[in-house]
Amino acid sequence: MAKTLFEKIWDKHVVKQIEGGPSILYIDKHFIHEVTSPQAFKGLEKRELSVFRPKQVVATADHNVPTLNQHLPIKDELSRIQVQQLIENCKKHQIELYGLGHPFQGIVHVIGPELGITQPGMTIVCGDSHTSTHGAFGTIAFGIGTSEVEMVFASQCLMQTKPKLMRINIEGELNKGVVAKDIILYIIAQISASGATGYFVEYAGSAIRSLSMEARMTICNMSIEMGARGGMIAPDEITFQYIKGRQFAPSGESWDQKIQEWAALYSDADAVFDQEIHIDATAIQPMITYGTNPGLGIAINGFIPVAESIPDEGERHTIEKALQYMGLESGKSLLGLPVQHIFIGSCTNSRIEDLRQVALLVKGRKKNAHVQVMIVPGSQQVSKQVQAEGLDKIFQEAGFEIRQAGCSACLGMNEDKIPAGEYCISTSNRNFEGRQGAGARTLLASPLTAAAAAITGVVTDVRELM
Amino acid sequence: MDKITTIQSRFVPMPIENIDTDQIIPARFLKATTRDGFGKNLFRDWRYSNDDESQPKADFVLNHKIYSGEILVAGKNFGCGSSREHAAWAIKDYGFKVVISSFFADIFKNNALNNGLLPITVSDVFLQQLFQLSPADTLTVSLEAQTVCIDKSGQKESFEINSYKKTCLLHGYDDIDYLINMRTAIEQFEQKVA
Ligand code: SF4
Repeated sequence: MAKTLFEKIWDKHVVKQIEGGPSILYIDKHFIHEVTSPQAFKGLEKRELSVFRPKQVVATADHNVPTLNQHLPIKDELSRIQVQQLIENCKKHQIELYGLGHPFQGIVHVIGPELGITQPGMTIVCGDSHTSTHGAFGTIAFGIGTSEVEMVFASQCLMQTKPKLMRINIEGELNKGVVAKDIILYIIAQISASGATGYFVEYAGSAIRSLSMEARMTICNMSIEMGARGGMIAPDEITFQYIKGRQFAPSGESWDQKIQEWAALYSDADAVFDQEIHIDATAIQPMITYGTNPGLGIAINGFIPVAESIPDEGERHTIEKALQYMGLESGKSLLGLPVQHIFIGSCTNSRIEDLRQVALLVKGRKKNAHVQVMIVPGSQQVSKQVQAEGLDKIFQEAGFEIRQAGCSACLGMNEDKIPAGEYCISTSNRNFEGRQGAGARTLLASPLTAAAAAITGVVTDVRELM
Repeated sequence: MDKITTIQSRFVPMPIENIDTDQIIPARFLKATTRDGFGKNLFRDWRYSNDDESQPKADFVLNHKIYSGEILVAGKNFGCGSSREHAAWAIKDYGFKVVISSFFADIFKNNALNNGLLPITVSDVFLQQLFQLSPADTLTVSLEAQTVCIDKSGQKESFEINSYKKTCLLHGYDDIDYLINMRTAIEQFEQKVA
C-alpha cells in the first residue's frame, strides 16, 4: 500500500497499538535542556526509577544561560540553580551533557543536526516546541511537555495518537531577497496560527528541494507556529551531503547501508494526505509580521489589514488587540518604521548560513546609530565558524554585537530582553506579547530583512540594498 | 494524579483568541525546578502592571471579584506556542480544573490531560453562548457522560475524549504507569529492530 513519508517512519516505531486509544511510539533520540527537564527528573526519582535508555538522551544548556561571560558563574541565582540541576541530573543518570563551556554547547535544535545526531528516519522528541526543526532531515520530530519527558525517561516511549497528515507543495523559483524564513512566514500568514493544528506537515515541491539543509530547518522549525505537531521534508542528496562526516554520523560500511535505508524515505507517488496545499513560490515577497502571533504577517511592501473590514469578530478582536499592543495602525505600511533593536539568533535563524547571508549584506556598511544589533550564534561551533570565516570582523566593523550561544532574546528568559514599548526586528519565531521582555514589540523577519533594518534604522525592503 | 468526575462551578470567561502559553506563564517565571507555585504567576503580565503585584490591572477578568470558579472558558486556539507544561501547572495551581474552548493547541491539550486538567472542546456557537451568560451562572461538567451543561437553561453540549484518556482521568492514572508496565514489550521491540 502506498505510504507517506510520515507513515513509513511512524509504522516502524509503533511498539503497540492500544485498542481505541493511542499507539506506543518508540523514541530514537531524546534531547533535553535545563528548563523543561528538572521536574521530569524529580518525578522519575519519586517513582524510584532510573532513566531507561540514557545513551539515547542528549542534554545541553541553552534557554536560560547568559550570552556574555559564560565562563563566569551565572549571576541570577534561580538560573544558576536550574543549570546546576541539569549538570547533577545528567551525572546521576549518565546522560551526555554539552553544557556551558563545552565546545558542542548551543541551542538544542542547532546542535542536534550539526553534530550529526539527527538522522533521517528517526523519531526525535524534546521538551521544546521547536523540535520540529529536526524534521528537515526526514524525521518525525515533535515537542513534548515535561510529563512526557518523564515518560520517555522511564520507557523511551510515548503514548501518541497518529496525527492527520498535510502536504504543502511549494513550486517555482524564489524571488530576489526571499529566503526560507519568508517562505514559512508566508505559509503561516496564509493558513493562520492555528491552520495546521492536529496535522503533521510534509513540505514538498521544487522550491523546497532547491533549499539547503539550513534553510529547510528554518522552515520545519516554524511548523509549530501554524499549530502543526511537526514538519518534515524527505531526505535527498543535499541531506546526505550535510550529514556526511559530522561527529556522530555513521561512517564506513554503516554509512553505505544507512544511505540505502534513507533513500527509501519519501512519500509514495499515490500516497494520500488528509489535506494538500499548493503554493506558488513566485508569489512570495520578503515578509514581516505586524501583530502578536506569527500568522499576522505581510509582504514587506504590503499593508497592515484594515481591522474594521474583517468580518469574523474573533479575528477582528485579535488584530485590534495586537495593533494596540504593537502601537501600529490598520491599513498602514511598515516601511520606514523606526526600530530600536535587531536580534539575529534563535533556533530559527542562527546557523552559519544565516550569519553568512547577514555578513554578505552588511560587509563594508555600518549600522544606524539609533539601533542596537545583537547577533547570537546558535552554538559554540557556529561561533567558531564565524571566526574562522572572518565574519566576526565584518560584524564588528558594522557595529554589531556578537554574543555567546544560547536562546537569548528569543524568549527573554535570561537578561537579554527588549525594553517595553521598543521595536525589535527579530529572526526568531514568536512575536507574542512580552515574548522578548514585558511590553517588547517584536517584528519577525528573515536575517536579510533584519540586517537591512540594522543598516537603515527603519523597516526596509532588503532588495533596495542588494 | 487527581481524579476527575463531575464538576459543578461558576466559570471565568476569557473571550480572547490565540491565548499563547507565553501569556499564561511568561518565560521569566520558568526558572523553578518544581511543579508547585506557578498559580501566582498565571497570566502575570495581563494581571499586573508591574512585577511586585501592587498594581493589579482592573480590566483583567481574574482581578474581578464577581468572576470565580473552577472552570476557565477561553477563545479558540487556546494554549498555542511554547510547549511549556508550566502553563498547565499554573492553571491547575490557580484552582482551575477544566478549560473550555472551541479549539486547543495540541501540546497544551496533552500537557493538560497529563496533569488532570480537563480540556473540553465545544462548538463555536456553544462557546459564544457561554460568553453571554452572567457571572453567577454555573456549569456542570460530567466526564463520565462527556457533557457540559448550562445549569440555568439545562442546555447541554457533548464533547469528545479518547476513551483511553477518559479512563485515565476518571481513575487518576497516568501514562507513565502504563508505559512502565510495558518495559518488557519495549525491550523486545528494541531487539527486533536492532
Ligand atoms: S531559540 Fe527560542 S524557540 Fe528556539 S529553543 Fe530557544 S527559546 Fe525555544
